[in-house]
Amino acid sequence: MLKLHKTIESNSALLIFGILIVASIGGFVQILPNLFDESLRKGVENLKPYTALELTGRDIYIREGCVGCHSQQIRPLVAEVMRYGKKSVSGEFIYDRPFLWGSKRTGPDLARIGGKYSDKWHKLHLIKPQSVVPESIMPAYPWLAKTQINANSIQAKLQLLQKMGHPYSDLQIQNAKQNLTSKTEMQAIIAYLQVLGTY
Amino acid sequence: MDKKLYYTDSATVFLLICSMIWAIIGMFAGVYLAAELVMPWLNFDIAEITFGRLRPFHTNAVIFGFGGSALIATAYYSVQRTCHARLFSPNLAWFVAVAWQISMAVGLASLLLGYTSSKEYAEFEWPVDIAVALVWVSFGIVFFGTLATRKIRPIYVSNWFYGALIIVVAMLHIVNNLALPYSWMQSYSVYEGTQDAIVQWWYGHNAVGFFLTAGFLGMFYYTLPKQAGRPIWSYRLSVVAFWAFVYTYIWVGPHHLHYTAIPDWLMTTAMVMSLILLAPSWATMVNAVMTMSGAWGKLRSDPGMKFVIVSMVFYALSTFEGPMLAIKSVNVISHFTDWTVGHVHSGALGWNAFVTFGTIYFLTPKLTGVELFSKRLANIHFWIALIGVLLYIIALWGAGISQGLMWLSLDDFGQLKYSFIDAMLVTIPYHWIRLLGGLLFLFGTLLMIYNLFKTFMAGRLTKPVLVKIPPVHKGYEI
Ligand code: HEC
Ligand code: HEM
Ligand code: HEM
Repeated sequence: MLKLHKTIESNSALLIFGILIVASIGGFVQILPNLFDESLRKGVENLKPYTALELTGRDIYIREGCVGCHSQQIRPLVAEVMRYGKKSVSGEFIYDRPFLWGSKRTGPDLARIGGKYSDKWHKLHLIKPQSVVPESIMPAYPWLAKTQINANSIQAKLQLLQKMGHPYSDLQIQNAKQNLTSKTEMQAIIAYLQVLGTY
Repeated sequence: MDKKLYYTDSATVFLLICSMIWAIIGMFAGVYLAAELVMPWLNFDIAEITFGRLRPFHTNAVIFGFGGSALIATAYYSVQRTCHARLFSPNLAWFVAVAWQISMAVGLASLLLGYTSSKEYAEFEWPVDIAVALVWVSFGIVFFGTLATRKIRPIYVSNWFYGALIIVVAMLHIVNNLALPYSWMQSYSVYEGTQDAIVQWWYGHNAVGFFLTAGFLGMFYYTLPKQAGRPIWSYRLSVVAFWAFVYTYIWVGPHHLHYTAIPDWLMTTAMVMSLILLAPSWATMVNAVMTMSGAWGKLRSDPGMKFVIVSMVFYALSTFEGPMLAIKSVNVISHFTDWTVGHVHSGALGWNAFVTFGTIYFLTPKLTGVELFSKRLANIHFWIALIGVLLYIIALWGAGISQGLMWLSLDDFGQLKYSFIDAMLVTIPYHWIRLLGGLLFLFGTLLMIYNLFKTFMAGRLTKPVLVKIPPVHKGYEI
């Protein structure tokens, strides 16, 4: 063994290839099968791709970094299911690019937040969280209500997702820009929050 | 004068200065984040500094700005000394040094402006990703070019680790960031939902494994034997530990996804491999301690060495804690809580930052040709930083374990015992302590920068340091 290693460590090309091969094994075994595993791509029943407004809201959620404080993944534990709703399954996320499961719950899980509160509540909460939850440490997002949606790239987004296999009709893509006119970012993000977990 | 006979260290000096600047920026952002969690008004309704946007700014500034610059700097320095060769293409080396800073500055600014892919530690959007990939490959050319032109036959241990850093991070970065653009700064991942999660944490954990561990082990394997004036205790152990490390790390990503919607077998392999990973991690630590035996006396007079030795203690701690957190039944409690954040910083502050500080204290006199301005100040830095990191991680053990248990507790009627807000309020006193720990750590870093600044200023008065490449021992020529 050590002899073999003496050869490897005397030759930089061997060292490079050695590292590359040894470091690839785990990735090949763990990742490749999942890229071809169709069961991971099968959506749950009634799941629809995000509408233009919801998708815009999702991109605002990404932009503001809500994922740094909120998870969207309910683990199959008794207390967790009682608190947040039924456990998350792979088929719920097939229209999620990127995934937004998160790694930290500074705030509660949002996987099934849709329908839990009224639009009005969300608006008040996002403008000033402490107005509805006095102890809250969540930041306020007042600018969302004042900013009109920038709809310039919505068609490009939908076309790209269509190419990636999300079932948008050409008509939906055509009308997308119209659907967003004179809407605020607040309306978009609320539309997104309200659809989470409601299929 | 024939330049070929001398080492070249100007890019190293530049990179170390940049690394210190990023340390201040990144750690200040960390302190600010910690303050926002106890005083939410600090968000000031300014989008760019709200917690959600500042968090990835912090992680990228410290990992890639501070850590990355220090890694490239020390790789340049040590690869020349261990190969008895001048850097392969000093111009390309300078290109890497400067282009890395530009990529970081642009990337970090774009994060504050809200351009993010949202995948942790890979938040930069596609144009920055491409720039980073090009710079990284150039770094690889400089590094492996130097290895290829070396004058001494065996490739020293530190270079295996730096080599693994370069190769594996290139692979991870490219695969995880595959995305299709819909505008000049935005894109959607080519992976969807669950697959995206699996690929992301394959990347995410190995960013930890190869950026924050292999790279810093390279730094460590060069610095410690030099400081101690003794060779590495067991060559055989370092060989075995190295290959076991490279093989095993890649498997453990799914321990970030325990009990989520990914297939079960992934979690199981990740958990088992995480436990196995304890062995190569601790083998390195054992090697370090044994290398020290007989040189402990030097600790008293060399503050840089104190940092390096204590960094091994924190390395041992975080690589023990990690496998414990990877056990599913422990992860049930720790996942999503402050416990994870505490674990992160026992590695990031106690291991990565400490070994970097120690190495910089060691290199500065060599690079400037004068003694460190003040050893006393460096000692004070050591104690302040140590108290800071201890406060940080102990506070978050308290916060994380309380949070985790409260979320899961049921009362006698089988109902949830605590609301989310109850559990949130419990963490607040701990968060104050963490803030204090972070402030101390940042203050220590400022002391160090003052100390280094004074040293550099004194060094400017002397002649520039030129180190002639020494001849290779008989029998080791290539
Ligand atoms: C500093 C971390 C933090 C950030 C960033 C953050 N939140 Fe929150 N969020 C919280 C906390 C803490 C709570 C619980 C207290 C409350 O309801 O305000 C919360 C609660 C919520 C709730 C109510 C959940 C429930 O079940 O009661 C929603 C909805 C929400 N946040 C949405 C968002 C959105 C959308 C964003 C991004 C624009 C965001 N949050 C950013 C910390 C955060
Ligand atoms: C044997 C070594 C290690 C193992 C097995 C390990 C394991 C783990 C586990 C199980 C988690 C929690 C995942 C979760 O519940 O979300 C975690 C998180 C983390 N660890 Fe380690 N760890 C190890 C060493 C280290 C070291 C040395 C560092 C250095 C800095 C480090 C940095 C991190 C980071 C940054 C995270 C947070 C990831 C995130 O959620 O964003 N780990 N680790
Ligand atoms: C002064 C020192 C520092 C302070 C006060 C600090 C503070 C923080 C805070 C408050 C967070 C957010 C935690 C949360 O979301 O609850 C964080 C996250 C993080 N920090 Fe630091 N930090 C410091 C230094 C560093 C350094 C030097 C590194 C790396 C080398 C680092 C790496 C990280 C990482 C990887 C995360 C993300 C953790 C996760 O996702 O689980 N930090 N830090």
